[in-house]
Amino acid sequence: MAEFLQYLVTGVTIGSIYALAALGFAIVYNASHVINFAQGEFIMIGGMATATLTAAGVPLPLAILAGIAGAMLVGVLIAKFAVERARNASVVTLIIITIGASIFLRGLAEVVWGKEFHRLDSFSGNAPLMLGGAVVTTQSLWVLGVTAALILATGLFFNRTMAGKAMLATSHNRLAAQLVGVNVRHVVLAAFALSAALGAMGGAVVAPITYSYTEMGIMLGLKGFAAAALGGLGNGVGAVAGGLIVGIAESLSAGYISSAYKDAVAFVIIVAVLVFMPGGLFGRAGTERV
Amino acid sequence: MLLEITGLDAHYGRIRALSSVDVAVGEGELVAIVGANGAGKTTLLRTLSGVHPASAGTIRFDGGDITRLSAHARVAAGIVQVPEGRQLFGPLSVEDNLRLGAFRRRHRPEEDLGRVYAMFPALGQRRRQPAGTLSGGQQQMVAMGRALMANPRLLLLDEPSMGLAPLLVAEIFKAVQALKEQGTTILLVEQNATAALAIADRAYVLETGSVTLRGTGAALLADEGVRQAYLGL
Ligand SMILES: Nc1ncnc2c1ncn2[C@@H]1O[C@H](COP(=O)(O)OP(=O)(O)OP(=O)(O)O)[C@@H](O)[C@H]1O
Ligand SMILES: [Mg+2]
Repeated sequence: MAEFLQYLVTGVTIGSIYALAALGFAIVYNASHVINFAQGEFIMIGGMATATLTAAGVPLPLAILAGIAGAMLVGVLIAKFAVERARNASVVTLIIITIGASIFLRGLAEVVWGKEFHRLDSFSGNAPLMLGGAVVTTQSLWVLGVTAALILATGLFFNRTMAGKAMLATSHNRLAAQLVGVNVRHVVLAAFALSAALGAMGGAVVAPITYSYTEMGIMLGLKGFAAAALGGLGNGVGAVAGGLIVGIAESLSAGYISSAYKDAVAFVIIVAVLVFMPGGLFGRAGTERV
Repeated sequence: MLLEITGLDAHYGRIRALSSVDVAVGEGELVAIVGANGAGKTTLLRTLSGVHPASAGTIRFDGGDITRLSAHARVAAGIVQVPEGRQLFGPLSVEDNLRLGAFRRRHRPEEDLGRVYAMFPALGQRRRQPAGTLSGGQQQMVAMGRALMANPRLLLLDEPSMGLAPLLVAEIFKAVQALKEQGTTILLVEQNATAALAIADRAYVLETGSVTLRGTGAALLADEGVRQAYLGL
C-alpha cells in the first residue's frame, strides 16, 4: 500500500508537468488548429534558464520569470514567423514546421547552454515529508501547488475575462470572432505565448527533480501530446486529466513492471487513442470549455 | 453618403463573384440588396466586413477609404454584420455571445445588454443557456443582438429571415424596421424580396455579381421584371 501510494505521488508529480504541456497543446490547437510539437522546448527553456541563471547568482524568482519571458518570446516568434507565414498550408506542413522549430531551438540551446546536465536546488529545502508511508519531497509539493494554481488561473482566464472568452470564441467560430472585432491574428500569438508560459513554468518547477538539459523537452513534450490526445485535442479539462493519467500509468508500470517500459506507456496510449477513440476520453473541443 | 462602394470586384480563386459593383448607403437609410441564389450578395457583405478581400474597386465609409482595412478595425469603425446562417458561438452562453458583440467597445455593456433583452425578451429568460441549443428564431435574435451590442453605425444583415417560420419572419422584419426608425443605417440582403422591398428606402438588384437594377423600394416592387424574376408574381 505504501508502495502504491509512493508510485501515485511520483506519477501525479510528473503528470502535472504533462498536464501543463497538454494544456499548452490544447490552447494552441484551439486558436490555430496547429499541433505545436515545439511545446516541449518551452519546458526546456524554462528549466534551463532557471537552472543556469540561478547558478550565475540570479535570485530564483527572477530566474523563473526570465525563463518564462524567454519562452513566451520564442512562442510568439514561432507563431509569427513559422505558423503565420504558412497560414494556408496543410495541417501536416504546419506540424512539420513546428517539429523543425523544435529541432532548431534544441540546437540553439546547446550552443548557448552546452550539452551537460544542469542542477537546480529544491525551492525550499530537502527534508521530505511522510504521507501514509510514502515519501513526498518538498519539490513535489511545489510542482503540485504551482500546477494547480496555473490550471486554476487558466480556467479563470478563459471563463471569466473578455480576452479569454474572445480566444474561446475564436476557436468555436473564427469568422464570427472576426465579425465581432476580434483580431484573430493576436489570438494565435496570445495562444502561443500562454502555452509557452505554462510550459516554461512547468520546466522551472520540475528542474530540481529531473535536472535540466537541452533534450529534456523531447520526452516531456511528447508525453504532453499523448496526454492532450487522450483528453481529446483542444479540450482543456481533458488535457489536465490526460496528463495525470499518463503520469500515473507511467509511474505504476515503472514500479510494478519495469522502468524500461516507462516511456513506452505514453506511446501505447497515443496509439490506443488514435486507433480506438480518435476523439479522446473526453471528446474533442467544440462542445467543451477550455 | 455613409457608405460608397465603387467598381468593386471580388473573386474566389479564378471565379469572379462580384464585378464592378457600385452601391451607396446614406445615413439613416435602409437599403436592400435582392438577388437569386449565388448572385453574390453574401460575397458583397463579406467584402464590406473585410473577411474577404476586394480584388478591385474602393469602399469608402464616412469619407475614409477602408478598402484595405482589417476586419476588426472595420468593426471598431462601426460596420457590423449579422452573417448568413447566424454563426453564433454555439457552446458559449447567450449572454457571452451578446457581450462578445461589444468586444471592441471600451465601456461596460450592461445598459446595451438591457436594451437587447428588452427588444428580444425570449433571450432574457435564456441568458445562461448555450446559444447553440436555442431555436432558429431565437438564434437569429442572438445574432442580431450581438451585432447591436457593437453599437453599429452601419448594420449589415445577411438573410435574417432565412429558414424561419412565417410568424418569426414577421417578427424579425418588425425588429429591422424598429431599428431603422431608431436611426440605424441598414444594408439588408434578402431572398425574401417582397418583404425586403416593402420596408426599404432604396434597393439594388444583384445578378451574377453585377448590379442590374436600382431604385426606390416601391419602384422596384412595382417593376414588371423584378416581379417576375424575384417576387414570383
Ligand atoms: N467559398 C467559396 N468558394 C468558391 N466559390 C464561392 C464561395 N462562396 C461563394 N462562392 C460562389 O460565389 C458566387 C456568389 O456567392 P454568394 O454566396 O455571394 O451568393 P449569394 O447571393 O449570397 O447566394 P445565396 O442567396 O445562396 O446566399 C456563387 O457563384 C458561389 O458559388
Ligand atoms: Mg448568401
